[in-house]
Amino acid sequence: MPYAEITADPLDPARVLARVGSPEDGAVLLFLGTVRNHADGRSVSGMQYEGYEEMALEVLRRIAEEASERFATPNLAVTHRLGALEIGEVSVVVAVSSPHRAEAYGASRYVMEEIKRRLPVWKKEFYVEGAAEWVRGTVPPADGSPAPHSGAGDP
Amino acid sequence: MRVQARFFAAYRELTGASGAEVDLPEGATVADLIDTLRERGPSFSVLPARPAVAVNLEYAPPETELSDGDEVAFIPPVAGG
Repeated sequence: MPYAEITADPLDPARVLARVGSPEDGAVLLFLGTVRNHADGRSVSGMQYEGYEEMALEVLRRIAEEASERFATPNLAVTHRLGALEIGEVSVVVAVSSPHRAEAYGASRYVMEEIKRRLPVWKKEFYVEGAAEWVRGTVPPADGSPAPHSGAGDP
Repeated sequence: MRVQARFFAAYRELTGASGAEVDLPEGATVADLIDTLRERGPSFSVLPARPAVAVNLEYAPPETELSDGDEVAFIPPVAGG
């Protein structure tokens, strides 16, 4: 069963990684999203993540389940952070293991692409010069459905 | 019937509110709710005409019919990850 979590606590990638892996799996893949210090040529000093927490957890669970089904990777775990993050801090962790590497890469990529498309989370960038702005995001699909292209066709 | 609107991130800052209670006639849709709110005054008329919306934690298109007690969240373009 895939695992999904939304939390305001700092993320520990090793703990997420520990949720995947099995004797049948020859590939273990760990993806970290981190806060970078620049955006569109401006220096960034930090990021504030906000989420519609109850819904974000539901959506993240669904994304994890879809990835597991499409790529036959039940050993999958994803956690997303909320709150104030400094440069270099981890905002999202995706861990997945599979018998061969192609499925793990496909499932990990799917989870991240769908997070960007439809997870109800927003982030405000704080700039070194002092201003702050909401990061321009993606309009989610009106019915919340997964992207047609991100299927099992290209694992 | 009465529904609970919720505003997040940029929409919360635009409206200056994290939520609002709205009375609607039976059979009203998501689109009716948005139109009603936008006519309420300057703090809500700044909302886009057709924002993404979630009803009871699920994305819902504008023609979705609402029921008493529904929670309707206005979802700005998302930026997770």
